[in-house]
Amino acid sequence: MNILVIRAPGTNCDVETVRGIKECGLNAITVHTDKLLEGSIDLFEFYALVIPGGFSYGDSVRAGAIWAAKLNSKLLNSLRDFIDDGRPVLGICNGFQVLVELGLLPGWNDNSTPSVALAPNISGKFECRWINLRVANVNNVFLRYFSKNSILRLPIAHSEGRFIASKNILSILEKNGQIAFKYCLPNGKPADMLYPFNPNGSIMDIAGIMNPAGNVLGLMPHPERAVYFWQLPTFPSNIAAKTYFGDGYWIFKSMCDYIIEHFQ
Amino acid sequence: MVKYKVKVEVWLKDNLVDAEGKMVEESLKDLGYNVQSVRVGKSYSFNLDLSNDSLVEKVVDEICRRLLANPVKDKYFFKVMRYEE
Repeated sequence: MNILVIRAPGTNCDVETVRGIKECGLNAITVHTDKLLEGSIDLFEFYALVIPGGFSYGDSVRAGAIWAAKLNSKLLNSLRDFIDDGRPVLGICNGFQVLVELGLLPGWNDNSTPSVALAPNISGKFECRWINLRVANVNNVFLRYFSKNSILRLPIAHSEGRFIASKNILSILEKNGQIAFKYCLPNGKPADMLYPFNPNGSIMDIAGIMNPAGNVLGLMPHPERAVYFWQLPTFPSNIAAKTYFGDGYWIFKSMCDYIIEHFQ
Repeated sequence: MVKYKVKVEVWLKDNLVDAEGKMVEESLKDLGYNVQSVRVGKSYSFNLDLSNDSLVEKVVDEICRRLLANPVKDKYFFKVMRYEE
């Protein structure tokens, strides 16, 4: 049973993503976007799609825009069917930007014009460090191993992560429980836009959102960089705790266990 | 077939902080210039062939919305000019 990790020129951490998924007991392979566009590989051979991070197509126009346009040209309807079928789609960092540009997040209508945006960070900098996240909603494919309000530590690495949406869109996101993560202080209290805890100026400290059905998740932090204890900033003092996995692992584990339950 | 030259400008909306603009403003001040309200935008230029009955404004607007700008965060303007080869 395979999970597809799609690649593009400028993608990074696709190999780490594959390894993280394999650690959860499912197989994953990387496939170049062109192979999907030319039709030599069928999306429906796979049970989930991961769009990894990076700087696809050199971030030309704006982060994720070119990759989204390529997918939009030939695959948008297939992607919608894939999602309607309940198959998970995970967008990490650049992958989140792509899902937003495609209109698959927040995923309310068949209009591919984006209804939210990820703008350049308010700091004007590339923000690359570990941050704290609070889980805002667990009723979805990816966060079943967390409880609401649990605090995660994951790394970020982006320069275009400032989540922007109108008041109206924000209230619908909140009402539907579509906000997955919010940036927070180390003690779990809201960051309330305070830099550097909210690293990019995201409105309402939003770090990740889902579609209404909960099988599409986009997030700016990188779970694949926090799968093993030796990837964490607490290493090597965390050896004594005997917790083998980091918070990122449990996101992949949740997705893989959902696939095993629903498609095997 | 009708031929057009198109110029598009894309800017971060006025109500959003433009960090790059701030950086440029600071730098120009360092160089001794009394500048304010610096914003950074992108401009595109291209030639576009359309069939006689297409509305050029409608097509260019679609181009902006589908790729060159994200209307949630960006504002955009364009100019079109007909030309003969």
